[in-house]
Amino acid sequence: MGLQALFFYLFAFVAVASAFMVIAARNPVHSVLFLILTFFNAAGLFLLTGAEFLAMILLVVYVGAVAVLFLFVVMMLDVDFAEMKSGALEYAPVGALVGIILAAELIIVLAGNAFHPAAAGSGSSPIPALSERSNTQALGDVLYTDYIFFFQIAGMVLLVAMIGAIVLTLRHREHIKRQDINQQVARTPETAIEVVKVKPGQGI
Amino acid sequence: MEIGLSHYLTVSAILFTLGVFGIFLNRKNVIVILMSIELILLAVNLNMVAFSMHLNDIVGQVFALLILTVAAAEAAIGLAILVVFYRNRGSIAVEDVNMMKG
Repeated sequence: MGLQALFFYLFAFVAVASAFMVIAARNPVHSVLFLILTFFNAAGLFLLTGAEFLAMILLVVYVGAVAVLFLFVVMMLDVDFAEMKSGALEYAPVGALVGIILAAELIIVLAGNAFHPAAAGSGSSPIPALSERSNTQALGDVLYTDYIFFFQIAGMVLLVAMIGAIVLTLRHREHIKRQDINQQVARTPETAIEVVKVKPGQGI
Repeated sequence: MEIGLSHYLTVSAILFTLGVFGIFLNRKNVIVILMSIELILLAVNLNMVAFSMHLNDIVGQVFALLILTVAAAEAAIGLAILVVFYRNRGSIAVEDVNMMKG
């Protein structure tokens, strides 16, 4: 058993075990932390397949952004998660049945099949040798030429998601003093100062 | 034993199933359901990358990148909706999402 197989089984086992803990943990904070562990091990699996850029992007995007976003929301919402867990096992047998059948089907159909060897290498853009072109460069070669339209659509999706998230969560609270720049800029000497004639000995 | 396509597909199938099972198991908690969806998308990504390796075709990685983008956008929107819903109802249980029921 080579080093590659050893690391594959390590990453695969930890990924599956922590994925199970994501759905089984009682505390959602633990779920998020196990989700991060799953992503780390999936990044390891990506590295083993040779998709180095995707592995790093997975860490940056998922662990750095998505998982931390989850963590923020879990900690921000003041929900009684223990109460929420009650009655969770009610549907567990049905879910387990569906899950086992689904997993068996997927594994038998996908993993049990031998794909035709001629299919390998018949792709439109073969991966260049690592000595000639690094994975990041090779991905960029394809992404910015043949798939530029998809790339820009992905950018639009992110823009819409960002604007949507801001629009959804932004709220203006009443009774809070805010700086009104328009009002400040529109001030003139007439509105800003008041000249008062004070008679001697009387005060204002 | 050589680590080939079928090994990766098996891992991805198990991750996918765990994601589906998580939706069954945590019916009440929307946050864990969103995390289960992330698991499912991760399994799909693993499929794409495994086939990219097996077919020696980099397009699979391009599509995995696009799936990653959509997953990030989906998480952001989903959590934003969740926060708004919590503000309005004070709860994130799926059962309470029935305001539009006639």
